[in-house]
Amino acid sequence: MRDTLTGSRIRERRQIAGLRQAELARQVGISASYLNLIEHNRRRIGGKLVVDIAAALMVEPSVLTQGIEATLISALREAAADAVGQEAELDGLEEFAGRFPGWAGVLAQMHRRVVSLERTVETLSDRLTHDPHLAASMHEVLSTAAAIRSTAAILADTHEIEPEWRDRFHSNLHQDAERLAESSKSLVTYLDESDSAGDHRGVPLEDVEAFFGTHGHHFPHIEQGGDEAEIDLSEMESTAARSLTRDFLGIYAADARAMPMEKLQAALADGPLDPLQLASQFSVDVATVLRRLAALPDGYLGRPTGLVVCDASGSILFSKPVPGFAMPRFGEACPLWPLFQALNRPLVPIRQRVVQLGRTAAVFDCYSYAWPQTISGYDQGPVYRSVMLVQSIEDVAQDQQAVARVGPSCRVCPHSDCTSRREPSILSEGF
Amino acid sequence: MSRKVLLIEDEPNIAEAIRFLLTREGWQVETHAEGTDALQVIQGANPDLVILDVMLPGKSGMEILRDLRELEDMQGLPVLMLTARGQSRDREMAENAGVSRFMTKPFSNTEMLTAVRDLHAQATQS
Repeated sequence: MRDTLTGSRIRERRQIAGLRQAELARQVGISASYLNLIEHNRRRIGGKLVVDIAAALMVEPSVLTQGIEATLISALREAAADAVGQEAELDGLEEFAGRFPGWAGVLAQMHRRVVSLERTVETLSDRLTHDPHLAASMHEVLSTAAAIRSTAAILADTHEIEPEWRDRFHSNLHQDAERLAESSKSLVTYLDESDSAGDHRGVPLEDVEAFFGTHGHHFPHIEQGGDEAEIDLSEMESTAARSLTRDFLGIYAADARAMPMEKLQAALADGPLDPLQLASQFSVDVATVLRRLAALPDGYLGRPTGLVVCDASGSILFSKPVPGFAMPRFGEACPLWPLFQALNRPLVPIRQRVVQLGRTAAVFDCYSYAWPQTISGYDQGPVYRSVMLVQSIEDVAQDQQAVARVGPSCRVCPHSDCTSRREPSILSEGF
Repeated sequence: MSRKVLLIEDEPNIAEAIRFLLTREGWQVETHAEGTDALQVIQGANPDLVILDVMLPGKSGMEILRDLRELEDMQGLPVLMLTARGQSRDREMAENAGVSRFMTKPFSNTEMLTAVRDLHAQATQS
């Protein structure tokens, strides 16, 4: 269909060149009415006439015959407009695209990619502003700035100000300046820590996870029969974080007693990983096995292994990250995770291979299990918790297992036609 | 009879600065720092204008405004909303809730005074 548009291109180039139809027709030795038919794609054109018209229009014949897609030209124009500190020769744009269509395509593609990434950055920044901790810090900074700005302007602009007002405003300024210094410092700390691994954000649960992360989720002291209460938590700043850590260490210790490391390692050496078989062998529930497997020293299972625990509301209570499997910071995880599926079928162990959609689309084997965490009394329903062991898989090429598609959380999931979606994704296509 | 403004703002130093500015302009300024009972306070104070912060303890300024506009005799009360969040969606939310003017922190004193004067003039004319 391409050559049928040659006429349109001739028309476009003629108009760019500022030539009237009759003028161009005369230059190439045809009638204006014939050129008109050509320009409206009602006559096919080729051979010498194209070469003559191209020469009259001072373009390469290929510009007219092969054409430069309008979208390409438009993309190149946008790229030129967005360029900073570099002025592109716009009058030679079509010639460039005509002579070097490959390079022009690459340039247009790069520009589209940049625009797409910029949009992503913008939307992610927007999301960042809705991070409750960051939002609170920003609010503090801006409110203090507002107070300082108003107060300072009053002192600067008001010529006659009563001494008691003046003193009060000076005191307020001092107070706000101190406050601004503090809030700015904590904001910078927060942002700095966002870039580092194993950080803590002042949220107790994150402190707990940072603590477990520092120890590789493995505590030799407890493994050797030591008391978990002897583990030093003095570096943890908040009482809430210390208390939560004690609770999780208590669970760790109970699991370690039920499944001593030496015996667990011996059982694992006997055959392939089978949590159900281990539960039977150690007379424990599947949840204990999954937690215990996540507590093995790094690399013991041969592939990275993570863990997520949630309660019946779906809130993430604890997580051990595994590379490539995104776990949202503030809950709102993908409802398709086997972790949540297990809550629908308590006490039924679930094994599922999943691919987490996103930038890497990595594949994982997941084992999940929901168990009653509390039974508060007679005739009262149990409150469940669910645990999921996540193991990354490096080579799935030979494996024919069914793979379920899951996401990290709706806002950063590219699965556009997911029926379980809660809210639109902020990711642009191709991210 | 002097004009009365009710300032609902939990940052005492911002409240103090605004109070100073408006008092000099001849306004009678009443302040309140809580969101929970703000609606009752507005009804009780019967002000000519309300300056309302969005982030308040107990109840957000946005909710207060929505509740206020539900009341028949409060439809025309000018409300100037202050917020540290100036994104378009916040502005849109405030407009949907019935805000008269939306101002982002940190604002200048001139901006504040101009907004108050404009809102009062509009309310007096209508």
